[in-house]
Amino acid sequence: MTGKLLLIIRREYLAKVRNKSFIIMTILSPLLIVGMIVLIAYLTKINDSEKRVISVLNESSFFNGQFRTSESTSYVRFEDLSLQEAKDSTSSLGYYGLLYLPEGANLEQVSKTTYLFTKDNPNTNVTQQLEGIFQKQLRQEKLESLGVSPEQFSDIESSFEINLATFDGEKSIKGINEIKAFIGGGFGYAIMMFIIIYGGFVMRSVIEEKTSRIIEVIISSVKPFQLMLGKIIGTSLAGITQFTIWIISASLLLFLVSLFLGIDLRAIAAENPMTSGGMNGMAQFSTPPSTEMMLYAKEILNIPWFLLISSFLVYFILGYFIYSSIYAAIGAAVDNETDTQQFIFPIILPLMLAIYVGFFSVFSNPHGPIAVGFSLFPLTSPIVMLMRLPGGIGEGGVPLWQLLLSITLLIGTFFGIVWLAAKIYRVGILMYGKRPTYKELFKWLKY
Amino acid sequence: MDHILVAKNVSKAYGDFTALSNISLEIPENCIYGLLGPNGAGKTTFIRIINQITYQDKGEVLFNGNPLAPEHISHIGYLPEERGLYKSMKVGEQALYLAQLKGLSKTEAKKRLKYWFDRLDIGDWWNKKIQELSKGMAQKIQFIVTVLHEPKLLIFDEPFSGFDPINANIIKDEILQLKEKGTSIIFSTHRMESVEELCEHIALIHKSEKILDGKLSDIKKAYKNNIFNVGLEIQQDGETFVNTLKDKFQILSSSFDKEEKQLDFTIQLPSNNTAGVLAELSNRANINHFEETIPSANDIFIQTVNNKENDR
Repeated sequence: MTGKLLLIIRREYLAKVRNKSFIIMTILSPLLIVGMIVLIAYLTKINDSEKRVISVLNESSFFNGQFRTSESTSYVRFEDLSLQEAKDSTSSLGYYGLLYLPEGANLEQVSKTTYLFTKDNPNTNVTQQLEGIFQKQLRQEKLESLGVSPEQFSDIESSFEINLATFDGEKSIKGINEIKAFIGGGFGYAIMMFIIIYGGFVMRSVIEEKTSRIIEVIISSVKPFQLMLGKIIGTSLAGITQFTIWIISASLLLFLVSLFLGIDLRAIAAENPMTSGGMNGMAQFSTPPSTEMMLYAKEILNIPWFLLISSFLVYFILGYFIYSSIYAAIGAAVDNETDTQQFIFPIILPLMLAIYVGFFSVFSNPHGPIAVGFSLFPLTSPIVMLMRLPGGIGEGGVPLWQLLLSITLLIGTFFGIVWLAAKIYRVGILMYGKRPTYKELFKWLKY
Repeated sequence: MDHILVAKNVSKAYGDFTALSNISLEIPENCIYGLLGPNGAGKTTFIRIINQITYQDKGEVLFNGNPLAPEHISHIGYLPEERGLYKSMKVGEQALYLAQLKGLSKTEAKKRLKYWFDRLDIGDWWNKKIQELSKGMAQKIQFIVTVLHEPKLLIFDEPFSGFDPINANIIKDEILQLKEKGTSIIFSTHRMESVEELCEHIALIHKSEKILDGKLSDIKKAYKNNIFNVGLEIQQDGETFVNTLKDKFQILSSSFDKEEKQLDFTIQLPSNNTAGVLAELSNRANINHFEETIPSANDIFIQTVNNKENDR
């Protein structure tokens, strides 16, 4: 019996791997991904190199030397021009905008009457930058009037960062929760992609067997369940082959590209919005950056990799089998691919939900009630639990009972869903003609 | 006589739809058994039960005297009505795969495939893809795959659909030869013409019920109704001759050819004792032919179905 299963797995694998579009996708995808990354890197560079010029017409006696040219903005002083003239020259020179500081008795008055003229609505970066300059100046002014000297002011000005530590005394750092969830989320995302791509392959393969009418020939030799199982395993092996080729060739390509084009990929990684929140401000902190990086490295090494990867395998296998057997049942229930839409949406829904809930809720609070709920619910747990797991199990991480309960529920669901799917599959593969309704599918369970 | 397959009171329903009700059949070894009935009568359901693709709700099926079990699958060859092959797979590879699924080793399967490919003259197809072949060509491959593992019981569901007459004949001869070698064959069809040449036993299934079964020759005997076709050469007028006959016999129809002086008529006798009528006729004319009309399977089928309907 296992001999037949192996035969089926082998055929499904070869049929998939030899398929022309599969081969093309295998070769093309890494090229596309690397091309995208190079494009993003290139665009980021262009974006960075673009400098805004803001002209400053200062009729007041304040703000001399406060508008210093920075990385992204440079300031040009206009002297002895009327406001209208200044506006005209700003626009004819193609500058980003004109900052107009009218005459005033004191700093506060000047600030309140200052305008920024721009062609379109100004970028928030620009306004924030300008507001910052004014705020700082205003604060300094007020403090001075209270008798604080500029030296004392710059003392106060030094930024402050709270020191973080866990109860057992280990130093911890900001943003590490997000990074950890991001790593777990990567695994979860891989599971989702794998399910959607290769579950779809399983479904199409079932439909092909139905439309080519070979199905009855095959199931007079093997049990429908064996065929379904062999199909799912064979397709997943082909998928793993493809994923492996993708990862290896994409990293190789990326390495070559960064070598030849000299694009610093780490710079792009730092731009990543997910991590930037925690990392951007860091450079100016009083602690030397190397210590910070060391802490991050330590935290990442502290992630229970063995636990994470072994749970990934468990969740991957169970999750994939649950979903792809549903895909197989759908393939059996219909005659052609266009009929599959109404059935596919309900199975994609929990996957999408898992990803969104994961990114919005688990990132900020990995052990909150929503995160716990979704990491126990079998159809979302493969993705959500993996986002929580980098924090470890036990104290400060996922309670062990939650992990065990989640896996137990998943195993139970696995048997339940595969049993139901096999029943629908067994009946569906021999049904031709009209597209069944959900009610009819329910009836098939009793045949 | 030994039976390869015995079905006892087999019933099967799909929801509210009854596909088979209380079917009992005995299929003798080494014969061609015709499973007849219109589309949707339940033939395919019965065949699927034999192939363990579906299972009966009630009743029992015995294969070689033992309850049907998974290990019997390797002794059964099945050519379904809805049949096809993987379109993008090569012929040889595909035939090997299907043969191995039936439990043949790779080397044995290769050897037998070579024999059959040569026998049916398709040796050079091995590396072609199915999608490059015509429908009839693909059917030949399906036939080979069905018989390759030399099953004790072969089941053909509408085997000739999709074949042109020449290839249909080739396949018919192959089926007859397989029977000569001792294989038992179930032959399911709704086309009665092909039944007469092939089947020794038949069963009629109509609306999920078996309405008739037995040896074809016995059934035909039972359905004979003592009607005879007679051809005479006579010197007088046909009509007056027939009228004189009508006094003594029941004449169903007649026709007279004046130039050939040939009178043809059908006559209904009260029994199959023909001595009286033959003596009478030979006294009065030259008998060119005198034969009993044997009902065709088609006639029997229609008659039985009608009787059944009238009984209700």
